[in-house]
Amino acid sequence: MKHKLLIGCCLLLLPLLAPAWAQEAPVADTTTDSTAAMQAPAPVTDLTARDKENDHGHGIVLEWTPSVDDDGGLNNVFGYVIQRAESPDGPFEERGRVPIGAGGYDDIGSKERESDGFMPDYVDYYYLVRTLTVDEAVYTDSDIIGPVQSYGQWFNTGRIPVLFFVIGFMILTMYFITKARGGAKLFVRRLAGIEAVDEAIGRATEMGKPILYVLGLGTASDIATIASFTILGRVAKKVAEYQTGLIVPCYDPIVMTVAQETVRTSYMDAGRPDSYSDDMVYFVTQSQFAYVAAVNGTMLRELPATNIYMGKFFAESLILAETGALAGSIQISGTDEIAQIPFFVVACDYTLIGEELYAASAYLGREPVLLGSLKAQDYAKAAVIILAVIGFITINFDWGGFKQLFQVLD
Amino acid sequence: MKRQVPLALVFIFGIFMIIQYFVPHESSEWVFEFLLDWIYIIGIFALALGIWSLIRVSWEKIRYRKENWQYAAVTLLGLFFMIFFGFDYFRNFFNATGLQNFMFRHFFDYIMIPIQATMFSLLAFFIASAAYRAFRARSLLATLLLIAALIVMLRFNPYLGPLGDYMEKTASWLLNVPNLAAKRAIIVGIGLGIVATALKVILGIERAYLGKD
Repeated sequence: MKHKLLIGCCLLLLPLLAPAWAQEAPVADTTTDSTAAMQAPAPVTDLTARDKENDHGHGIVLEWTPSVDDDGGLNNVFGYVIQRAESPDGPFEERGRVPIGAGGYDDIGSKERESDGFMPDYVDYYYLVRTLTVDEAVYTDSDIIGPVQSYGQWFNTGRIPVLFFVIGFMILTMYFITKARGGAKLFVRRLAGIEAVDEAIGRATEMGKPILYVLGLGTASDIATIASFTILGRVAKKVAEYQTGLIVPCYDPIVMTVAQETVRTSYMDAGRPDSYSDDMVYFVTQSQFAYVAAVNGTMLRELPATNIYMGKFFAESLILAETGALAGSIQISGTDEIAQIPFFVVACDYTLIGEELYAASAYLGREPVLLGSLKAQDYAKAAVIILAVIGFITINFDWGGFKQLFQVLD
Repeated sequence: MKRQVPLALVFIFGIFMIIQYFVPHESSEWVFEFLLDWIYIIGIFALALGIWSLIRVSWEKIRYRKENWQYAAVTLLGLFFMIFFGFDYFRNFFNATGLQNFMFRHFFDYIMIPIQATMFSLLAFFIASAAYRAFRARSLLATLLLIAALIVMLRFNPYLGPLGDYMEKTASWLLNVPNLAAKRAIIVGIGLGIVATALKVILGIERAYLGKD
């Protein structure tokens, strides 16, 4: 019995001893390495330093060929230390460390004068790269390189493809706007969601119930919100003509101010300025779920005939849309938040998907200049499809040059 | 004049923002950050307008005893209570010590946060009801959607055995090929729409944000 207990204890201790053996085993092998580590390694070569391109300044790029003892030769390199001074005689201060195999380092300083890491532009800097061994007392310094200065650029060459795209798209837009102004008839595809707006307003009028318009959680600087203002203007004009109620609860106070102005003008355009009241467009809160609670409460109490959601929406999209569906309202939605589109598609009767939100204003207005920009959008999309097909072919045939044309570097 | 000045400002600053994207220089960044700071400044002033709007709308409801006016009373009480305690019983207007006020923290931590969490948690139930509607196999396309959803949902099910690997691969393909392709198509469309709308705003074609078409 005692023997069995002893064997059992030994077996239990065995796993505890195993790591100790495993750790001890390599010691014998590293003795030769540690001897090599005591010898100074070869320095890095071909060290170059230049200003970092396409930046706001305060950055120097260093490149070098790693030591011959880095993954070869004595194989005793532990890493590299980048040192900088404002004079070739020093004193040099450490700027950073990189592991073995590295052949470059970006010395990026702060642009804030008050910061400890502030790196002024137009100052002569001298660099050296120290090749370290495991024993930091044993190292080899490279030749000192310099002087080199950092400075900011006035044009980011890495963004040339974007510039070409912007100019091309502007030309295309201006061309179609001019053409539309000249009286050319432009065919524009149907947008079921927007065509349903008139029907929805008519339904609200018949039922004697208001229309709820939600501008989302975006700010006035979001393009989706700007597009939503345009749609709100058109909806408000129709609402004023039909003498239906309109409720616009806002999440953002700036959005509220703009929306009030938009609705007021629409009522004036419809010849019903007396029907407008600032209480139609009101601020609720800037807390996401408190806003949802307030809007849901309005839906369930007022039971609007139609709910229109246009703008930027996040997690609240489904909570709003499902509550609206429970309240029995017709729902029209549109957002450019790709993660929220499926929720709206499921819970709403009509959904404007992505860019349809931006097309809606032109579609509603039917004004030549707006239709012109819509046409330009369609042609640009056709161009993207063609370029994508060409890209697909060239990449599959390993012709990398075409891909390079579209590479945007930051 | 009332219209021309805002349009001119939008044009000048819109063009500046386009140019700024291509100019990484420090001075360009400085102007950019300076302009962005103005958004915060305007936002703070607009917040006062927002609070005024909330007070006015709520007060009107209480004053004329409109339907459900009690909710408006609760809103105003909540607003003034938080202001009262947030400013530490109106003793500290110029520092943030009121945010640590016992009552303020208790109202926030034990009323506001649980209510917000409750609203957010409703999402789970709404997802279930929305999924039920979406996955009803009424047509060929709805049936395909149902099958795709089942594969994606069941892929992590540990009881599927060898079928699980197949599900995992199929679900990955569904997410990475047809789903991603559709997403990218929408993203490209959104990108073009944003550029087109921004151009319309800069060039003064789109004027709804000024309160005029």
